[in-house]
Amino acid sequence: MDDLYREQILEHYKNPHHFGEITDADITQEGDNPLCGDVITLYLKLDDGRVGDVRFRGRGCAISQASASMLTDMIVGKPVRELKSFPTRELLDELGIPISPARMKCATLSVNTLRVALNGDSHEEED
Amino acid sequence: MIEAKTLNVEKVRDDFPILARRIHGRPLVYLDSAATSQKPAVVIDAMDDYYRRYNANPHRGVYAISEEATAAYESARQRVATFINAASPKEVIFTRNTTEAINLVRYSWGRANVHAGDRILLTEMEHHSNLVPWQLLAREVGATLEFLCIDDQGLLQLDDLARKLEGIRLLAITHQSNTLGTINPIKAIVETAHRAGALVLIDGAQAVPHMPVDVRDLGVDFYAFSGHKMCGPTGIGVLWARRALLEAMPPFLGGGDMIKRVKLNDASWNDLPWKFEAGTPSVAEGIGLGAAVDYLSGLGMEAVRAHERTLVDYAMERLQDIPGITLYGPRDPELHGGAVSFTLPNIHPHDLATLVDREGIAVRAGHHCTQPLMDRLGVSATTRASFYIYNRADEVDQLVNGIQKAQKVFA
Repeated sequence: MDDLYREQILEHYKNPHHFGEITDADITQEGDNPLCGDVITLYLKLDDGRVGDVRFRGRGCAISQASASMLTDMIVGKPVRELKSFPTRELLDELGIPISPARMKCATLSVNTLRVALNGDSHEEED
Repeated sequence: MIEAKTLNVEKVRDDFPILARRIHGRPLVYLDSAATSQKPAVVIDAMDDYYRRYNANPHRGVYAISEEATAAYESARQRVATFINAASPKEVIFTRNTTEAINLVRYSWGRANVHAGDRILLTEMEHHSNLVPWQLLAREVGATLEFLCIDDQGLLQLDDLARKLEGIRLLAITHQSNTLGTINPIKAIVETAHRAGALVLIDGAQAVPHMPVDVRDLGVDFYAFSGHKMCGPTGIGVLWARRALLEAMPPFLGGGDMIKRVKLNDASWNDLPWKFEAGTPSVAEGIGLGAAVDYLSGLGMEAVRAHERTLVDYAMERLQDIPGITLYGPRDPELHGGAVSFTLPNIHPHDLATLVDREGIAVRAGHHCTQPLMDRLGVSATTRASFYIYNRADEVDQLVNGIQKAQKVFA
């Protein structure tokens, strides 16, 4: 049981990075996973075509909240142009645990929300 | 250790082939029977036997195996009728499941009898299958929905039931909550409803598998349940209704088998129950349900209920000692059927379910198709352990150990 949720995931869950709000955010995007009740809100502050600052608020399972925390680390400072097609696989690799089909929506909630935030819709990449 | 007095659990367990499986190297501890029950070998064999020896379309064939298929299918209907003490097998309509049975009432009875301005009374604890069909009907005809509330123990607030029922066309209510485990006092509710002139539909999906159900004693008008939660296969369910209601109702689905005489522009309807069973039915599934009913009758439904009451009592006692746990549903085991829902601080139900799965324990996590109830409880999800005839008290212990391990992971 102990090795299923790696220490890094639990650490992100208990002490999420970039947790909070940006009151004058350029983009605020909510995402939810009605099946599980996971919710997150992403706040993005843009700076010269890049993500200057990012914050998120949310509640839900460890997988959804840790993945959101990890995603914020991965996107800060990156060009918006690149992030519009941020590969889900990169986030799953960062999580580093096998995600069962039933939990995939938890793991990808944050990246799907990012995609909606930057593209206006969530057309998921094919893989 | 607590063992039921009248149900021989070890013997029952031998009847279920799946219980020999190991999951992640551990024996399967199946605590999700409220979602679907496991199947005894007699049910699997009965369906297998149909496909191997007398597979044929029933009702119209004049050759031997078609007549055998017809006899087996209709015999299953007779045994189901006896199981719920229906006055006649003509009142037992085979559907796909509880959901389809409720939708049958919505489309057939509902469209003919519920009109603009009419009111339908439901409860806060309904499964989506006994909520959304009535939302659709209300939207279609301009009726309105009203709701009975629950108290903090998950019991319906019935003090002013008579007043709430004034002018109500239909009361649609669950016999036993799939999330809270609450067993509702249906007989008393029906008496009050009938005095007020309302008809009563019962969602019995969580009741018929777990306790003796006598539709005539309850006095209800419509009663719906599913085969797959009571040791039977998926794809077969039942709508029972009083014969006079069924006679007066227009057909639901049109097609073969539900007709008597068809002309190009007109048709007349078959007799009950076939008037409501268009198309080739789920023959193997019906036969499987018949075998399931025989199996449960052999155990005795009083014994089934007594076994589950003992398990729930033990589970509530063990679970309430876990630090920080919130248990939902009635504390009184007399009012609490075989499902126990709970939440833990700092561990989301999905994480808990994933972690205990590593120990071979299958529990459900989520909203259990009762989102309005989740809103009422102020949570987005709960973990639910649900019990049946093959569960033992030591499986409750294993669940408690699994929860404690998960708490260490999240500590």
